[in-house]
Amino acid sequence: MTADTSAAAPRQKMRVDDPGASLRAHPARIAIGLVGMLAVVWLLGNMFLAFGYYPEKFGSKFVIAILAIVGGVGGAALLFYFLNMFVEGLPRRLSEGVIPYAFVLPGLLLVGLMLIYPTFQTINYSFANSDSTAYVGFQNYKTIFSDPEFWQSVFNNILWLIIVPAAVVAFGVMVAVLADKLSATGEKVAKSMIFLPMAISAVGASAIWLLVYAYNNPGQAQTGLLNAIWVGLGGQPQTWLAIDTLKLNSILLMVILIWLQVGFAMVLLSSAIKGVPEDTVEAARIDGANEVQIFWRVIIPQIKGTIITVFVTVFIMVLKIFDIVYVTTNGAYGTNVIANLFFNKLFAASEAGQATAIVVVLLIAVTPLIWYQIKHFRDEEAGR
Amino acid sequence: MSRKLMKDGRPRSPFSIVTMTILAIIWTIPTLGLLVTSFRTRDDAATSGWWTAFFNPFSAQWTTSNYQGAWTGADLSSGFINSIVVAIPATVIPIMFAAFAAYAFTFMDFPFKEFFFLLIIAVMVVPIQVAFQPMLNILGPRGLGISGQYIAVWLLHTGFGMPLCIYTLRNYMSTLPRSVVESAKIDGCSHFQTFWRLVAPMSIPAIAAFATLQFLWVWNDLLIAKLFLKSENTTVIVKLQQLLGTQGQGQELLTAGAFITIIVPMIVFVTLQRFMIRGMTSGAVKG
Repeated sequence: MTADTSAAAPRQKMRVDDPGASLRAHPARIAIGLVGMLAVVWLLGNMFLAFGYYPEKFGSKFVIAILAIVGGVGGAALLFYFLNMFVEGLPRRLSEGVIPYAFVLPGLLLVGLMLIYPTFQTINYSFANSDSTAYVGFQNYKTIFSDPEFWQSVFNNILWLIIVPAAVVAFGVMVAVLADKLSATGEKVAKSMIFLPMAISAVGASAIWLLVYAYNNPGQAQTGLLNAIWVGLGGQPQTWLAIDTLKLNSILLMVILIWLQVGFAMVLLSSAIKGVPEDTVEAARIDGANEVQIFWRVIIPQIKGTIITVFVTVFIMVLKIFDIVYVTTNGAYGTNVIANLFFNKLFAASEAGQATAIVVVLLIAVTPLIWYQIKHFRDEEAGR
Repeated sequence: MSRKLMKDGRPRSPFSIVTMTILAIIWTIPTLGLLVTSFRTRDDAATSGWWTAFFNPFSAQWTTSNYQGAWTGADLSSGFINSIVVAIPATVIPIMFAAFAAYAFTFMDFPFKEFFFLLIIAVMVVPIQVAFQPMLNILGPRGLGISGQYIAVWLLHTGFGMPLCIYTLRNYMSTLPRSVVESAKIDGCSHFQTFWRLVAPMSIPAIAAFATLQFLWVWNDLLIAKLFLKSENTTVIVKLQQLLGTQGQGQELLTAGAFITIIVPMIVFVTLQRFMIRGMTSGAVKG
């Protein structure tokens, strides 16, 4: 076959009134598309600079707010509109090849700019000084590795990683299984109550739990629930978050995260449990298994996949735990964690070199999880 | 049978009823404490536990002045507006970008498709902390000079939300019948038309699910808002965090302030819970 016939083949399918449409370019569309994209970017850029430099010209904050929302959302939509016009203006055979990239690349470029490029740049910065202007070799790593606070944070992070994901999964399974045995209304109400904290920010949750852990001097009425119970049992009021014996304060902070996350685990596990075929449970029951045996030998093996997914999700979240520690103790009393140490090096101490070196440590810690995610995805695709 | 049966014929489980009641109460008490305290006067709240007011509502002093104080005095009102301005575009824009990408990943074939998608999955795990120092340089005065503005935070949330959004939407779109897209193609629809008229409307459940998650994530975010917004643009969560930092004076405003930050995500959450659960059960991890 010659090149001529293969090029002519699709043309035969074209309508008679439009020969050659597959080859013709639309210069006007290409031009409008290009100019449109540039104009949108230019206008948006200037609008936001104007918000920054001349906020008083817009009258009130509301005007800026509405303009910003409309401009941001509408701008993104217009950008895609002009991009599409540009691509469709290209000769059809070229545009067929370009369209997938026109769809995929804007998203990928943002991922590249916000996550992939910074990953390498962060590794780069970790070998540079505090304002990333000169290389200092392994100095940052030497500094952080010789800092006892760093090892304290690593130790605490490991403790969080051992306790929180396991506790969240255990509570999640328990709640999911027990709720499944309630009446439909009872199940709905109980699940909503446990699920609701998911809507609360870590900062809001910290405010809520600081109230629970509040301390008043002995003799005064205790306004914190924990101290009220403790004093009611005959104890002395305690400043709970300052007690690092047996890492009690860290554990009390973990309680906040567990409280936030059990709802998430419950939702996933509950839907997995509802997917367990009733006849497998029934068969075990006929064979004389009791409820406990059914739970461990029939239900748990069938929801193992979901348990692992929840565990990994919470594990990744805990690895980067920051807000709760930052807001409650800011790492004092031996409660520091890696992400909080990073934030304080970056934000309070302006030590970009050391801060990025800490992130690199975090990055190395998540690498096995990247491998796991890809393997998990491949398995899932194979089962589709 | 000695055990009582429920309406649907299953046996009633007293153990489940008791345990679940206790757990549900334990899970609710901390929030209830905050809500009750936020309506108490400063002196009242300092001299007795919130439960005394809760159980003797008529002998306690109630007030809404904490809310007024937090809203105007502690300036949560401007933080509240900022949060809305940050959260809405930071929810809509990533969906727009990701939906196009998810469409291409589902219905088109192109070189490096597999590689690009594995890249997306890999970066879902990458901690967003890697981005801060490089992005502070790019967006800050040394670079584009937009750090501190809303647009900087939208860009960051768009980038950080993108992998999860592409992943969730692609998972959903791959359950749509391929024949629909193919017949649209035969009818002469361009990909752009197929996307807008067919695939996007059919993907609404997944889009709503991700939108809920992303909205909550953006609204509740502290880290990005604190690093990339200047103080007059900062969100209600950062305001609350600053309020938490001030000890002693203004403590009574804290509980009201916390509740103000909670109320919007709570409403979104309750109304869109149905979608969110569906989205979450489609399985995803955020980096």
